[in-house]
Amino acid sequence: MSSITLAGQQTKPLTRLLLGALTWIIVLLFFFPVFWMALTGFKTEATADTSTPHFIFKPTLNEYKAVWKGAGGTTGLRPYLEHSIGITVISTVIVLVLALPAAYALSIRPVRKWRDVLFFFISTKMLPIVGAIIPLYVIARDLHVLDHQRLLVVLYTALNLPIAVWMLRSFLLEVPAEVIEASRVDGAGLLLQLRSVILPIISPGVAATSLICFIFAWNEFFLAVNLTTIKGATVPIYLVGFVQPEGPFLAHLSAAATVACLPVLLAGWAAQDKLVRGLSMGAVK
Amino acid sequence: MVALSDPVTVTRERRTLRPRTESWVRRFPLVPALVFTVVVTQIPFLLTLWYSLQKYNLNYPHRPRQFPTLANYRLIFKDPTFRIAAENTVLLTVVPVVLSIVFGVGIAVLLNRHVFGRGFLRTLIVSPFLVMSTAAALVWKFTILDTTFGALNFFLKPFGVGQVNWIGVHSQATIITFLTWQWTPFMVLLALAGLQSQGDDQLEAARVDGAGSWRIFRALTIPHLRPYIELGVLLGSIYIVQAFDSIYIITAGGPSTDTTNLPYYIYQVAFQAYDIGRASAMAVVVVIATILIATLALRMISSLFSSEGMRGR
Repeated sequence: MSSITLAGQQTKPLTRLLLGALTWIIVLLFFFPVFWMALTGFKTEATADTSTPHFIFKPTLNEYKAVWKGAGGTTGLRPYLEHSIGITVISTVIVLVLALPAAYALSIRPVRKWRDVLFFFISTKMLPIVGAIIPLYVIARDLHVLDHQRLLVVLYTALNLPIAVWMLRSFLLEVPAEVIEASRVDGAGLLLQLRSVILPIISPGVAATSLICFIFAWNEFFLAVNLTTIKGATVPIYLVGFVQPEGPFLAHLSAAATVACLPVLLAGWAAQDKLVRGLSMGAVK
Repeated sequence: MVALSDPVTVTRERRTLRPRTESWVRRFPLVPALVFTVVVTQIPFLLTLWYSLQKYNLNYPHRPRQFPTLANYRLIFKDPTFRIAAENTVLLTVVPVVLSIVFGVGIAVLLNRHVFGRGFLRTLIVSPFLVMSTAAALVWKFTILDTTFGALNFFLKPFGVGQVNWIGVHSQATIITFLTWQWTPFMVLLALAGLQSQGDDQLEAARVDGAGSWRIFRALTIPHLRPYIELGVLLGSIYIVQAFDSIYIITAGGPSTDTTNLPYYIYQVAFQAYDIGRASAMAVVVVIATILIATLALRMISSLFSSEGMRGR
């Protein structure tokens, strides 16, 4: 690991100290909004809605509780969380089921035009989603699936499938050919070969792929806001209700936003290395 | 990598099957994913094209649709807002991409040193990227940038900055800042991956030769990072050009049309004016422009997605 790019051994202790301090300041600046969001959620509305921000206050879980249970006749975040979890998990599973065989056919036993197919998948990510939203709306309306969870399941699957195929392919390429060869010589059938040889090797890759799909589906807003209102609405739609607020709401908003971000934050923190690999679709190792 | 290079050997072994059967056996696992992707992503685009040639407004469901007509396209090119939205899209994409790359590489270089609490800092810096953009946009709008309740004006008060209405007066800068904040972490991760794959011996040799830190950075590190930066530009552009959440929530495209980008404008025409025909025509223009730009860009950096990519560097 190279530790030296700006600062070699020649660097004076003072310079090192200053550069270290600079690093901390910049990183903390970037992190501040996230910290502020979580912190404000622990305030009461009276301490949150002031022009002089309070850094020292008596923390309360009231707003987090209110977000969970709903306050003042509103439903709270819970039904939206349930929709989000259902939609995200199911679409991620479908993505894997579709993407694994496809990635196999693009890597271990590649079809003749594997390169074209790969480019087709990635090209669908480059087209702006606004180009499809209008027919999607009309079709969903005519099929009576507007505001249904299964609509978003299908669309999020399509959204993530190309990334998953690219990612899984890059993991499958790492399975040594000799290993596959050996199992074939031993007379292992395709299924056994997949289960006992390939899957164990690529399981970290499958986990990384699932994580990326989960993050994108969890955070998606454009399709959700245009195609759902209540029954199929996800967490971002709940949050958007705050755009036109009534009365003091900053603590409540912050608590809701924190809860909304928590699953992805925790998962992302736990698997930082996998993130780059996934988001670069395997181009960076 | 290995498997890629030897489809030939695989074919040779499987000679037992007839070639045609064999190629279908190979294709079979691909079919479900391919069919699904074509149906869900390509058919809507074709329909968009079809709608764009009609006078189709959901407010007037019984009006004849007049197919085919180029009226929608004529309207677009006479529409000053469309031009403004196109210009805004370029501005609100290029500036955040460039800024986040610059900050990303800078922070990655800083983090790549022996700095106290490196792992912890790395964990903190990825957070803006993981946070739901809807949530982040709301938090920025109401608790940070707000004129009265925002933390920013409070922190800037000692520096003599008054009660600035950031979102109202500096709307474009607001969106640019937000998008840069959101995407810098991704570029940091990418640049860190690049830095960590750079060999120590090369740097060592350069240092022994008496090259200064800055010189080493410019002559060795930047060229080494190039493919990583290209990838950052590509992926950053793909996502930032479609920025919608932040604009919808923070500025609603305003004031006036200052922060209206093409996705937001098409959204307004389709879901507020219900003019399906005109919105579809705009979408078609955007898709065609995207294809042109993407083809050009991909040709420039096609090295990235060659079969080897950045692997093995």
